[in-house]
Amino acid sequence: MMATPILQISGLTMDFGGIRALNRLDLEVHAGEIVALIGPNGAGKTTFFNCLTGIYTPTAGEILLTPPGSTKNVSLKGLKPNHVTEKGLARTFQNIRLFSQMTVLENVMIGRHCRTKAFILGAILRNAATRREERQIVEMSYAILDKVGLAHLANEFARNLPYGAQRRLEIARALATEPFLLLLDEPAAGMNPQETQELDRLIKEISTDGHSILLIEHDMKLVMSLSDRIFVMDYGKKIAQGKPSEIRSNPAVIKAYLGEDVDA
Amino acid sequence: MLGFKEIKNGLLVSLWFVFLTFPLMVVKVDPVERIVRWRWENSLYVAIGTFAVFLLVKIIIQRRSRNAAVDKEAEQKKESFIHRVLASPRQKFTLIALLLAVAIVFPLFSSSYQTNVMTTALMYVVLGLGLNIVVGMAGLLDLGYVAFYAVGAYSYALLNHHFDLGFWAVLPIGGGLAAIFGILLGFPVLRLRGDYLAIVTLGFGEIIRLVLENWSEFSKGPSGISNISRPGLFGIEFGLDGAIIYIYYLMIVFMIVTIFIVNRLQDSRLGRAWIALREDEIACQAMGIDKRKTKLVAFSLGAFWAGIIGVVFAAKTTFINPASFTFLESAIILAIVVLGGMGSIVGVIFGALILILLPEYLRALSEYRMLAFGAILVAMMVFRPQGLISNIRRTYHSDKKFPSPTQQ
Amino acid sequence: MAACFRFFFRDPGMDYFIELFCSGLTRGAIYALIALGYTMVYGIIGLINFAHGEIYMIGAFTAFIVATVLSIYGFPLLAIVILAGFAAVIWSSAYGYTVEKIAYRPLRHAPRLSPLISAIGMSIFLQNYVLLAQTSNFLPFPELIPEFAFMEPIAHIVGSTDIVILITTAVIMLILTIVIKGTKVGKAMRATSQDRTMAMLVGINVNRIISATFIIGSALAAVGGLLIASHIGQINFYIGFLAGIKAFTAAVLGGIGSIPGAVLGGLVLGLTESFATGYVSSDYEDVFAFSLLVLILIFKPSGLLGKAETKKV
Repeated sequence: MMATPILQISGLTMDFGGIRALNRLDLEVHAGEIVALIGPNGAGKTTFFNCLTGIYTPTAGEILLTPPGSTKNVSLKGLKPNHVTEKGLARTFQNIRLFSQMTVLENVMIGRHCRTKAFILGAILRNAATRREERQIVEMSYAILDKVGLAHLANEFARNLPYGAQRRLEIARALATEPFLLLLDEPAAGMNPQETQELDRLIKEISTDGHSILLIEHDMKLVMSLSDRIFVMDYGKKIAQGKPSEIRSNPAVIKAYLGEDVDA
Repeated sequence: MLGFKEIKNGLLVSLWFVFLTFPLMVVKVDPVERIVRWRWENSLYVAIGTFAVFLLVKIIIQRRSRNAAVDKEAEQKKESFIHRVLASPRQKFTLIALLLAVAIVFPLFSSSYQTNVMTTALMYVVLGLGLNIVVGMAGLLDLGYVAFYAVGAYSYALLNHHFDLGFWAVLPIGGGLAAIFGILLGFPVLRLRGDYLAIVTLGFGEIIRLVLENWSEFSKGPSGISNISRPGLFGIEFGLDGAIIYIYYLMIVFMIVTIFIVNRLQDSRLGRAWIALREDEIACQAMGIDKRKTKLVAFSLGAFWAGIIGVVFAAKTTFINPASFTFLESAIILAIVVLGGMGSIVGVIFGALILILLPEYLRALSEYRMLAFGAILVAMMVFRPQGLISNIRRTYHSDKKFPSPTQQ
Repeated sequence: MAACFRFFFRDPGMDYFIELFCSGLTRGAIYALIALGYTMVYGIIGLINFAHGEIYMIGAFTAFIVATVLSIYGFPLLAIVILAGFAAVIWSSAYGYTVEKIAYRPLRHAPRLSPLISAIGMSIFLQNYVLLAQTSNFLPFPELIPEFAFMEPIAHIVGSTDIVILITTAVIMLILTIVIKGTKVGKAMRATSQDRTMAMLVGINVNRIISATFIIGSALAAVGGLLIASHIGQINFYIGFLAGIKAFTAAVLGGIGSIPGAVLGGLVLGLTESFATGYVSSDYEDVFAFSLLVLILIFKPSGLLGKAETKKV
């Protein structure tokens, strides 16, 4: 028998007014896996991420998170985004949302916020514990930047980075929150082939470090190279799931992508 | 430089403004005596003035677009004098020591009036620094800041009047009450979007003032509270001149403490969270920051400072009434923060000194003071939203070395 | 018919109620006129045009100056009313147009709070401009609306001014509705408020449409200024602040961005104020409006007729 999945979603439904953006989705991610979520534009993939991370409250369904090695699960449904992150699930954004007026390093340091404690008094008194904590934040942020290859740009403004580097910085910032499950929303969008290749390597490295990954991606080459399993969505519903090789030949997927049934 | 086209446009613009200002600036009627005065000379002033401003703006825009073409790095090197001084610790300490020395000897060489004016300026520095936490760092546009100032001032006035409590006893109470008001107001309103938040705080500020004006049993209404005690020092009471100098030195100490605290807050985990929140709320929450709590702390800390300065204000003037706490007061403090540079401590200090001292020393200008404040808010937003002295981000360095990939 | 009214409402309590109701409607109609400017501008560029109250004040001042000058030179009342109204509309619109061009257009792509701060600056500037160019004293506004003879029997309940204000407002609302629903400019406005980029792509000159919105909004505010000034009988440089805040309250109450909402919000606010001051206490007249503003923004920021906003991620 397999271990309990770290993320287990059942019957997830999201309505906007009269429009059903997500229709009873089921999905699970196991520890150490890289799972891809694909589907045509407007299939509801980003809405799905937003429901998971607390930005939207789903209309129905359940989202259960089980930290690896634990048997106790927590429900993410209805939690605020910051609490979801505290539980060990972090994300990146499709339309890059860095803090552009802050430096690259500070962006990552923000990620450490929920794992550190110093508050008003600590800030004002700057006592030994606070200084130690600040030191750790800086060192750890540098280490994460080094992993994504941006350490040498640490004190640049985030807005001055090239596009591919901004995407990697988004990943670094998410990693700084110490997630066991990382949600990547189109990490390769707008990247050139060489940058995509570097990203491929980076995601594999992150996975080896023990983070499970759920990603939305349009670049099929990257999806096929990375994923252990693939979920395919269309019109808010899951239309297929399986290993990359199975998905490649699945008629429903081909239909959704090539749009034989354009009017539907 | 400027061609025929700009001159022609300039003339058209000045013609437009002559038309625009015609009824209000040229015609002046006395409805009782039934006399009309035609002040045609004003049209001439408007024409010349707008023409000059138009050309000036054109020149600024031209120079700016030329500068933008120049290498970006060269521009970053060409940092302002202030930034360069602050970047070098030795120059920075020399400057601070010098300013401190001037500040300490100032009352010895100037009249009570001058000292009083300087005290007012220092109060605005601290108010500006307090509002800077809320507006500059956390990005929450608080248009009712003066309400917290009023809470502090009335706490002292009322507690002094009814219970004969002294300045030092009320100082923390005034600050604390203002902070509690900040939390009470902040709790329901901080989830609102930025512009709505601005209007709600404005409304709240006006409500506080109107209540003070109308609830006479509580606040003595528009006539205000007089004979408030001046601050003492371990039981020593000062005469009028002594008290002025004493409050001046008190404000110097308050300002230094405030700068110290705000500076530390800015470079802390909390300060970073505020700035991130200003940049992007959703990304901030996704990074695990509790939006509400973080905003609430900024809001109530800002209110705390307003409350403290409110107590000082009541003690300094020994008389307060609701007329001191109008929306315009909030707007002045906002103008200080905007002029100096949102989020920049040095900027706010300069902003306060310029905006408070300039109209005081150039008497001819004081009539145009509020006109200038309005114009400054617009001009800063349009031409220099980062303020006179923009904030520079702190850089952090690791113990390890991370060379750039090309150098490996 | 008036006598009929009189017969039915002998009861002084009822008279008082109707008086409050009518004065509430009148107030509300004027709030609605000013609120339309807020709501149209908000709908199209998402800005709280803080200086809108000052445009209204400038309208009232222009009307005051023109009317007083003409009456000194002995013009007949009808000519005074028409010319003063005309001048108020022309100059208010010109100010509205200019303010947008100077203070808001350069900030079209700036962070959301920048144009609001700029608008606050503009508001303070215009107030003090009028203060310096004219006076800080209250000025008596000439009586432009005569007491009609046929209103005599009910004059203690409803004044002639009230009737004129209500009728004028109704006619203007009708014209505005026709402009927005029927004309090309109106269609372009609606398109721009829904999606500015898309409107630009289909060939709408967005800058022109935004200017047109400011001009229309300012013209409405000028009419409001003229009406309220002749209703209250005096003006000064500061009247725009309070009227502006109240009209903004009306706009939010109705659902900002919604034109019928602004009218509804104006009427509800006018009636609330009238009854609250009439039955509770007149000391706190402005507190009622401000409290309503705060409560609405906290509990139902989308207003009575507005749509709730979904955040885009």
